[in-house]
Amino acid sequence: MPAITPDEVRHVARLARLELSEEEVARFTQQLGEILQAARRLQELDTEGVDPTFYPLPLRNVFRPDEVRPSLPRERVLQNAPEVEADMFRVPRIIEEA
Amino acid sequence: MTGAVAMTEEGALLFGSIEQLSERLWRGEISARELAEAHLRQIERIDGEIHAYLTVVAERALAQAEEADRRIARRRQEEGGAVDVRRLEPSERLVGIPWACKDVLCTEGVRTTCGSRMLEHFVPPYSATAVRRLDEAGAVMLGKVNMDEFAMGSSNENSAFGPTRNPWDLARVPGGSSGGSAAAVAAGEAVFSLGSDTGGSVRLPASYCGVVGLKPTYGAVSRYGLVAYASSLDQVGPIARSVRDCAIVFEAIAGPDPMDATSAPGPVPEVLPTLELGVKGVRLGIAPEYFGEGLSAPVREAVLGAVARLEREGATTVEVRMPHLEYALPVYYIISSSEASSNLARYDGVRYGLREPGDDVVAMFSRTRRAGFGDEVKRRIMLGTYALSTGYYDAFYVKAQKVRTLIRRDFEQAFERADVLVTPVSPSVAFRLGERVDDPLRMYLTDIYTLSVNLAGLPAVSVPCGFSPEGLPIGVQIIGPAFAEARVLQVARAVEAAVADQVAHRRPAVAVR
Repeated sequence: MPAITPDEVRHVARLARLELSEEEVARFTQQLGEILQAARRLQELDTEGVDPTFYPLPLRNVFRPDEVRPSLPRERVLQNAPEVEADMFRVPRIIEEA
Repeated sequence: MTGAVAMTEEGALLFGSIEQLSERLWRGEISARELAEAHLRQIERIDGEIHAYLTVVAERALAQAEEADRRIARRRQEEGGAVDVRRLEPSERLVGIPWACKDVLCTEGVRTTCGSRMLEHFVPPYSATAVRRLDEAGAVMLGKVNMDEFAMGSSNENSAFGPTRNPWDLARVPGGSSGGSAAAVAAGEAVFSLGSDTGGSVRLPASYCGVVGLKPTYGAVSRYGLVAYASSLDQVGPIARSVRDCAIVFEAIAGPDPMDATSAPGPVPEVLPTLELGVKGVRLGIAPEYFGEGLSAPVREAVLGAVARLEREGATTVEVRMPHLEYALPVYYIISSSEASSNLARYDGVRYGLREPGDDVVAMFSRTRRAGFGDEVKRRIMLGTYALSTGYYDAFYVKAQKVRTLIRRDFEQAFERADVLVTPVSPSVAFRLGERVDDPLRMYLTDIYTLSVNLAGLPAVSVPCGFSPEGLPIGVQIIGPAFAEARVLQVARAVEAAVADQVAHRRPAVAVR
């Protein structure tokens, strides 16, 4: 059984909001299959009772005073936007008209 | 031979150490403007062949240099003409020193591409903390240097703007992902550089280009303004031509930052006072797992040769075991790709970066990401999305994080018996362009000895220790416990001194011809 099928690759690409060509689907099916096959080696290891390491530093709950501070002015925030209208980011319609 | 004298002076400007240049600047023998101009000339002369720079900011650099000259003049006036350079604060040693910034760090008003079409025209509204600290220290930024797209790669071939070439052999890669940083420093196109290291991206190119690269402890340097790849692994680190230069830059950029909640609290770590203490009595850990199958003979010889020289200087060796090293590669690719798939979700064509039109918002997202990302970035987003998706999360992502704990424990046990670990940086010397591009797994093996350091969050330095028969540089990696930057740099300095007869005098031909 292959590690990953072309349909799974298409499904994952949809989740990742990534349009793929059929050529890419074929290539990623093969390459991701090889990588996942190599990753399956981890199953050899007994990790019963081992805590996962999500972060290398033992930090938790880093607080700062809740004070108003200067932030970037609106025009600087918008300066790199592909499309702006009325001081806002413009995107295709998301909500249907009633 | 008429050019020889001029070339010698130019060479002294281009290949001087930070302290040599600083001394001449503060004595008034040279100006920061002259120093910046010499570097801009070198970039003009050779960067067409090396392609280290994506953006050169000549005007901005000259303005910063003139500001540095005014700062020096003011101090000289206050002190009655002469400034005692030995009394300068470490960060004052950077006044007027030209440097190159990896294009992954945000620079206010200067385009920051991350080596990606996605950010080809992105101009950040603020600077990264590490950049801001160098600005305040009076260093002169020459420009932004090339990298694998979003720091994903080991050869610089994943840059959307064409690869950087290795100054020692233009047919070979400089290593990645901070390839532009290492190549620029090796070729005299900058005195030092900043890179970022998620799985070896500072150490590998430093090794391939014959320069020194430090990956600090996770949290030692603020990540604010560093474009995120894998947030639990990324660190900013300096690349320079000597261990001492690396140490000076590290002290200038390190320390806690309120803008990065994962920056480590506590005082700025000092590494310069202990730098020259040598290795007498230092226990060097040698793990056989780093010297097994796959390691090329020249690299093995050079690394073990450096160990032998350190033993002659009074170090002892102790064998340690790293039984989980062989699992570092899959653990790294699952964790880093998972974090990347989440971090790179922000590139949706709405707030900044490329946008490709679509009939609805999902089509716009998907087409933008198709057009903006290169092959390797797409591959890792796919791998990470898969590993985090329903049904695979426990089997891949959580499993990898558990094995990460086992790798961390291997290091903890090794450091009970050894002060540092000494290992190769990469199995081979710099490979040829195109040699590994079609085989991701083979490319990933390039980083097999550096990945586990990031998984455990440890500091490590790559320092040149010799050359292969074909004249390519070889680096040795010194790994230490968390926050032991002073110790790894002290050992690296001892390596540098011990191999000086073989290494110190060599420069890439393209840089000095």
